[in-house]
Amino acid sequence: MIQRFPVAGEDFSAAGEASSKIKNILRQVGEDAELIRRVCIAAYEAEMNLVIHAGGGEMILKLDTDMVEVIAQDRGPGIPDVELAMQEGYSTASDLAREMGFGAGMGMANMKRCASEMLIDTEVGKGTTVTLRFKTGKN
Amino acid sequence: MKLSELVTGIEAVAVCGEQGLAEKEVAGAYVSDLLSDVMGRAKEGEVWLTIQTHPNVVAVAVLLNLAAIIFTAGHEPEEQTKAKAEEEGIILLKTALSTYETAGRIYQLLTGAGRA
Ligand SMILES: Nc1ncnc2c1ncn2[C@@H]1O[C@H](COP(=O)(O)OP(=O)(O)OP(=O)(O)O)[C@@H](O)[C@H]1O
Ligand SMILES: [Mg+2]
Repeated sequence: MIQRFPVAGEDFSAAGEASSKIKNILRQVGEDAELIRRVCIAAYEAEMNLVIHAGGGEMILKLDTDMVEVIAQDRGPGIPDVELAMQEGYSTASDLAREMGFGAGMGMANMKRCASEMLIDTEVGKGTTVTLRFKTGKN
Repeated sequence: MKLSELVTGIEAVAVCGEQGLAEKEVAGAYVSDLLSDVMGRAKEGEVWLTIQTHPNVVAVAVLLNLAAIIFTAGHEPEEQTKAKAEEEGIILLKTALSTYETAGRIYQLLTGAGRA
């Protein structure tokens, strides 16, 4: 099963809705609570990065028999130095975003910790695709 | 401990979800105004002390299954935040006590520390 959720850029008030929908779907299919929690945290961080850093994009949820996959895709500015972006504390968030409590530079670290596998495909000026994979216990 | 007992102890009032106070169990607390920090460290069933009042705090509470958000030091949630909390069934509390005082009292209530 594949579901797509558009995410608007700079729209802080609606931010989190895609992750919330993903949570509801995982609940409906009866995924384990701990897995749902990990997916939710990672999906939320990926979604917020679309909002804050990429001018919006799309969240994609794929459900397989032994895997949940969440993909955050954008046509934003790309990430020039992925290693640096992965470091906890590094952030290029705007002053407005920081005032709202974003920009701790912890999002990518949270994603990495929660996912079984995290892939970042990015090109400066073209966009970024973050793929988050979660092995489910059913295999 | 039930949320209703905690509310009394920290001199809080419910802004949203008052009907759920007597039922809701509190597992602990987390204090932070950085959303990714909360996302990474707060646990299910905890109350979250913050002075961030915008609607996105509700999204965090929903995704983490937090027991409630507590706005400290007299901070008042935005109208949109209240509307979203109503919609999502998240309990919002506010107190005039400082974050320090609120956290200290919660710690005492939950652990029994400092009692004679
Ligand atoms: N989709 C993206 N497009 C462009 N840059 C990104 C994207 N995602 C992350 N980045 C870059 O990586 C940095 C680190 O991201 P990370 O999510 O860890 O922290 P943050 O978003 O800045 O703060 P936090 O997530 O703690 O609120 C960002 O500040 C930004 O420079
Ligand atoms: Mg982030």
